[in-house]
Amino acid sequence: MNPTILTATIGRILRQLRHDRRTVALLVVVPLVLLTLVYFMYVDQPTPPGAPSTFDRVALIMLGFFPFIIMFLVTSIAMLRERTTGTLERLLTTPLGKLDLLFGYGIAFGLAGVVQSTVASLVAYQVFGLDTAGSPWLVVLIAGVNAVLAVALGLFCSAFARTEFQAVQFMPVVVAPQLLLCGLFVPRGQMAGWLQAISDVLPLSYAVEALQEVGAHAEPTGTMWRDVAIVTGAALAALVLAAATLRRRSG
Amino acid sequence: MDDAVSVRDLVVERGGRRVLHGISCAVPRGTVTGLLGPSGSGKTTLMRAVVGVQSVRSGAVDVLGRPAGSADLRRRVGYLTQAPSVYADLTVRENARYFAVLHGRGRAEADRAVADVGLATAAGQLVGTLSGGQRSRASLACALVGDPELVVLDEPTVGQDPVLRADLWARFHAMAAAGTTLLVSSHVMDEAARCDRLLLIREGRLVADDTPAAVRAATGVDDLEEAFLRLIRGSEEADA
Repeated sequence: MNPTILTATIGRILRQLRHDRRTVALLVVVPLVLLTLVYFMYVDQPTPPGAPSTFDRVALIMLGFFPFIIMFLVTSIAMLRERTTGTLERLLTTPLGKLDLLFGYGIAFGLAGVVQSTVASLVAYQVFGLDTAGSPWLVVLIAGVNAVLAVALGLFCSAFARTEFQAVQFMPVVVAPQLLLCGLFVPRGQMAGWLQAISDVLPLSYAVEALQEVGAHAEPTGTMWRDVAIVTGAALAALVLAAATLRRRSG
Repeated sequence: MDDAVSVRDLVVERGGRRVLHGISCAVPRGTVTGLLGPSGSGKTTLMRAVVGVQSVRSGAVDVLGRPAGSADLRRRVGYLTQAPSVYADLTVRENARYFAVLHGRGRAEADRAVADVGLATAAGQLVGTLSGGQRSRASLACALVGDPELVVLDEPTVGQDPVLRADLWARFHAMAAAGTTLLVSSHVMDEAARCDRLLLIREGRLVADDTPAAVRAATGVDDLEEAFLRLIRGSEEADA
């Protein structure tokens, strides 16, 4: 990796995003609209004594989930465009290293995910009174790591799509099982053994557990840091796999 | 070492079909060498082999004294793909500056490359809003911005108006005079006369590798299109 080239690549990707004002607006506004929906869905639901309110439980996980879905989609399409418009082939004839490109995407869209989740968290805490025992900044940190994981998975999956239609189909394939099995709908401990086994190998399960730790404990716990490390490791593994899909020579 | 590119017995297959049938040719340093042939003759495949992005079946391609695709060639070779490969959602200037950094150059070089292809007044425009000809010149600026020793240009003048086309060819010759080697493909025969040397390929085979004057002399006609026609007929009769 070359720091100058990496920095230029991050800048280039963010500049592309900046020229697309509508996408930037959607990135920021859509999570707020969905949070508002969730707030009004649960505002009148009774809460069992001693348990966190349903809104607190669901909104906390949603804050980690927005950047995961959105950055996966944005990255899959962006990388597919690099492949189909020939810019990828051209980049690979220049001194740019594969990791410069992959980390460039990871960092650029990771930052976009942090901005998105910062705004969403601000509104969740300030407007809707989201209550967590731990710091909101830990929520933003976990959301940021989720964004990087999503970018890495998006970079990898884009290698298997030839068209944008195919690329968007990977969203339900990659994202939906992780959402269903992450512990939001049914606590992981109550799932059938084989479902739990699947849940155990899906990185989002650990991101959700980390968020739940922030919800329940005032100080960051060892479990939370372990979970953050697992998600980070999964992101790095996906980036390495994505690097293997980038071939300088092709048929 | 007078040849910037030397190709020996190059065989390439794409999708199970043989696209290049054992081509051998050379591109001398400091020249503008034209790669001519009809659409589908294998021009792009040969160029991709030279820049090192094409998987080859057999044969060897040496570029600037190193095997094609060597890591250190990436900063010494500039490549213009046939379809303009620039970012449509960036301005011309932003594209040129990005590719300048990749080649270790700065903003001044990027702005000069944009001006050199006649896009100075459109530098702040998004590439997606440009005409096809402007877009391909934006792409050309990004190929030239690193001031490479070897420039491989796949149909750089398609869709350009005649005045600009003449300007671009004058620029290519100025670069060659300064020591740069250019390999330029075209399917328009009237551009052949503008080259120092010609490589004519048809159906994946080399039909001619000579100067325009020698091609004219060998065939006894002045018009290069007619000369190529005779060469092709001659080689078909030899095959038959």
